[in-house]
Amino acid sequence: MLSAEIKDKYELVVGLEVHAQLLTQSKMYTADSTEYGNLPNTQLSVITLGHPGTLPKVNRKAVEFAMKMGLACNSQITRRNIFARKNYFYPDLPKGYQLTQDKGPICVGGEVPIALSDGTKRSIALTRIHMEEDAGKSMHLAGEVDTLVDFNRAGVPLIEIVSEPDMRASEEAYAYLVEIKKLVRYLDICDGNMEEGSLRCDANISVRIRGAAEYGKKVEVKNMNSFRNVARAIEHEFERQIELIEKGVEIISETRTFDATTGTTSSMRTKEDLNDYRYFPEPDLSPVIISEEWLESIKASMPSLPRELHQRFVHEFGLPEYDAGVLTDSKEIALYFEELCSLTRNYKAASNWVMGPVKSYLNELTLHISDFPIPPKRLADLIALVDEGKVSFSVASQNVYPVMLESKDSSPLEIAQSLNLIQQSDEGSILPLVESVLAENPGKVAEYRSGKKGLMGMFMGQVMKKSLGKADPKVATKLLTDLLEN
Amino acid sequence: MKIDLNTVKKIAHLARLEFDEEGAEKMKKDMTQILDWEEQLNEIDTEGVEPITTMSSEENVLREDVVGEHLTHEKALLNAPQRDSDYFRVPKVLE
Repeated sequence: MLSAEIKDKYELVVGLEVHAQLLTQSKMYTADSTEYGNLPNTQLSVITLGHPGTLPKVNRKAVEFAMKMGLACNSQITRRNIFARKNYFYPDLPKGYQLTQDKGPICVGGEVPIALSDGTKRSIALTRIHMEEDAGKSMHLAGEVDTLVDFNRAGVPLIEIVSEPDMRASEEAYAYLVEIKKLVRYLDICDGNMEEGSLRCDANISVRIRGAAEYGKKVEVKNMNSFRNVARAIEHEFERQIELIEKGVEIISETRTFDATTGTTSSMRTKEDLNDYRYFPEPDLSPVIISEEWLESIKASMPSLPRELHQRFVHEFGLPEYDAGVLTDSKEIALYFEELCSLTRNYKAASNWVMGPVKSYLNELTLHISDFPIPPKRLADLIALVDEGKVSFSVASQNVYPVMLESKDSSPLEIAQSLNLIQQSDEGSILPLVESVLAENPGKVAEYRSGKKGLMGMFMGQVMKKSLGKADPKVATKLLTDLLEN
Repeated sequence: MKIDLNTVKKIAHLARLEFDEEGAEKMKKDMTQILDWEEQLNEIDTEGVEPITTMSSEENVLREDVVGEHLTHEKALLNAPQRDSDYFRVPKVLE
């Protein structure tokens, strides 16, 4: 174990490469289906299999998805795009090269804003985002002499989002990934599922003495299938590299694989020799030129981004940062909330309803908001019912809301009426209850008048009990105070 | 430009090819000849000329995102050096 003192001498430097599988129907350069989970080797064409004499053709939608991601990250969009061959031999790559972008990636620069748990906000700088294609899937089954290859995935469009070595803590890397996932889901360009491999992350990790101008030698870590594991791998590498340096051993640039059971990394191969991909421009694809008009049409089709909604919820609706964070976690919830706020002015109540009863119902039944039985209009009616003093929040959430989840027809008011839950807020009907409570407790009244103000709660409880929970607490408190103080 | 034996070996390794000594010598000679011939291009002044990446002058030859026809499973596996009913089979690769 490293002492905190030694660890503190060093600075962690992390850059992430994230591959996001695009949600297109067909592949990047061919018309094969991208559907997941079908029988092996049934979604192939001669182009995917690399047969001679075949010509690839770029999927327009994949280009547009890459543009969207770039716009969402404030990247520069490259107007003249060419593709490149990245040459290497591996059984999951039938052509012997991957069709990718080398010089002139579609998005240059940009940034991803992150928020840490202590409230710190900063932006992680991006190097680039480029378009490329996925490889096939190899299976190494135990007891099997051969490796089995399924090429259904070969050619599925990807964007690779490359960050600068800009992260200094595993928590920052985690927050960055959360943000990338949120972005691709808001943009509807990738389902963001890391466990299923539609979002994949490699981490470049190095350490250096604090204040040093040069970066240390970087180690690339692969095979982390969750955000949590990316953070664990970074923590492990940080310590491993410091230990080596402290022992006087030089760090070598290599690729390591993460083992989730032990939380450690181990060497895969040394990079030096294999890293020679001999990129050259792809002669079979004509350049993709992004005109002003095309770019503008994509800009116009951009949905609200999480940070824009977050800003709006804080500034326009006056919500706390925390609420805005929870409500923008998923696009669908954020949009539901936005619609709700166009139907009520009580934004804080709307936020409490969505973060509380709505989310807990969805979580309990693992439902999606699109399956939520109460449309924003009905929830707004319920909020209005509380605001008008017809029912208290607790009656609304415990009695009316559960019925609304079951019955799609009756309005909140009708439900409250049929359950006899409408609050009494006219003084005339509450006054007799207050008077009888005071008459039944002469001793307590005397105690109150001699200074035991804490008895108010007891009186209130009695009044509520007599009213079967329907007395408006504000009115009851006022009447009690009036009678007791005078 | 002269290609040496180490370069031949490196390129052969990257292409997963193997040469015996005689073959490597022949490769060295051929590759040197190819590069020498291509070097003639250096005589042309290309100052200010944009590099071309394709031989056609077409731009934006794009495909709409529509699924087309697939090869049948049988046809797709037809040229596999080794296969079973579902998969291409290759010598075991372990990372």
